[in-house]
Amino acid sequence: MRIQLAKIAHARSGDKGDTANVGLIAFRDEVYPLLVREVTAARVKEHFKGICKGDVERFELPNLGALNFLLHESLGGGGTLSLMTDAQGKTFSTALLRLEIDVPENEARDLGLA
Amino acid sequence: MKERIRIAAGQGFWGDLPDAPVRQVEGGPIDYLMLDYLAEVTMSIMQKQKARDPKAGYARDFISLMKEILPACVEREIKVIANAGGVNVHGCAAAVAEVARDLGLSGKVKIGLVTGDDILDRVDDFLARGIELRNMDTGEPLSSVRDQIQSANAYLGAAPIVEALNKGAQVVITGRATDTGLTLGPMIHEFGWAGDDWDRLAAGTIAGHIIECGAQCSGGNCQYEWQSIPDLANVGFPIAEASADGTFVITKHKGTGGRVNLPSIKEQLVYEMGDPRGYITPDCVADFTTIQLADDGPDRVRVFGIKGRPATDSLKVSISYSAGYKAVGTLVYSWPDAYAKAKAADQILRARLDGLGLRFDQILTEYVGANATHGQLAGPPSPDLAEVQLRVGLRGNDRASIERFTKEIAPLILTGPPGVTGFAGGRPKVEEIVAYWPALIPKDEIVAGVEVIEC
Repeated sequence: MRIQLAKIAHARSGDKGDTANVGLIAFRDEVYPLLVREVTAARVKEHFKGICKGDVERFELPNLGALNFLLHESLGGGGTLSLMTDAQGKTFSTALLRLEIDVPENEARDLGLA
Repeated sequence: MKERIRIAAGQGFWGDLPDAPVRQVEGGPIDYLMLDYLAEVTMSIMQKQKARDPKAGYARDFISLMKEILPACVEREIKVIANAGGVNVHGCAAAVAEVARDLGLSGKVKIGLVTGDDILDRVDDFLARGIELRNMDTGEPLSSVRDQIQSANAYLGAAPIVEALNKGAQVVITGRATDTGLTLGPMIHEFGWAGDDWDRLAAGTIAGHIIECGAQCSGGNCQYEWQSIPDLANVGFPIAEASADGTFVITKHKGTGGRVNLPSIKEQLVYEMGDPRGYITPDCVADFTTIQLADDGPDRVRVFGIKGRPATDSLKVSISYSAGYKAVGTLVYSWPDAYAKAKAADQILRARLDGLGLRFDQILTEYVGANATHGQLAGPPSPDLAEVQLRVGLRGNDRASIERFTKEIAPLILTGPPGVTGFAGGRPKVEEIVAYWPALIPKDEIVAGVEVIEC
């Protein structure tokens, strides 16, 4: 079944120059391994195509049940140079939560997601 | 030596809720009030103010705040640590001293001044000696924008703040200091942590990271169950209850709104994060993958287990430089076909700009209400949208071209698609762009100055 990240995680995003960072946090620790498996850097890069023009890096924080993504070349130059409404990347968090991942039915059931 | 201290954050950024620091002082017991006044471009504004008036160049808001809270701080022995000094720490301290005298507090307030961060006058010397101050993001050498530089400051850490506190300062005023240092400083001062006690220094740094954005860790901008977060109108700003062993609790005053819980703290921990294993400050390198959190009762989260590593031999430098001009024009198109109308207007506008032969570097069109924040992820805009704001931004070095662009927005109302409004504010304003240039400098080039004055 397909599950949208907004149903299983929350997020916060910010900026460092032209790079947006998105921290993705599992609502429950049991769901974190699913995020690690499904929400890869490549998947996030594909999700943000047309928005993120550079590489996507991913870091794991199992202690917080969280992943941190760096989306390079995403903010129109960044800071005061950027002409974007969201020059600070504040809404990249909710943009990531739109992503849908495929979860096998039995796994979704075991995790209480189905 | 105290076993536990309470450090309250009063400003998450320059321009945060003006009453928040007052409520931190009045709302319950605290030992320290930490205030961050410096955004990345703030220093360039302050350099300009100082060029016009040698007594200016610091955060004026801090002076009016001190008028309000200094008597209570003296009475309750609350120490204030603020990077309000901008590019004129001495001017700021003199103004605070005057406030103290006016309030009849002469002889009761010691002010600590931390200087040495302002390196604007030393840039040519650095460049001449082969310290290139390359842009950390792009790799370009600073010489490429030398003539446009407006301010240059090294980020100082906790050490000079500790020195000022050790010398008895009640109010510590810094220029460019790290937000985290403003929180870590009191812990080192109170608990006597060693300069190589990396785990505890990392813990204090992470406490600083959590509270440095004010209410963003206590219910503000919190996605997790945001609808149920109580009384944000009266949101409580965060307080770090730090213990000598390097553990701490994040909480807020009783009777305030907002919420401190595991999700609110986690959201703030990942904010503006790079590589979580290496959060670099002048004081240490903190490892965010070692942070342990535990629920400690209502509006209390305990933080422990933090590990750190030795500090690097560099300091970050924040340079601001003039980078041309920009202007943003907006109009609002209404149903039906609001998006199609806004799009047609953009095409008309661009054809006119082409015809004028203006010189600019970049033009960006966004459709607020349709896809300005999420781009193609928002899907195709519905023809039933109630309204769409057309937002066109232009950037370039030729001020005249940007000025000319600002005259092309309003005419679209009578010469473009119908159902348009939203031009109450007059022509868009042309803004000078002051851009940010992050760089590194060898630590031994920067010597912080600390003095304590009585008033």
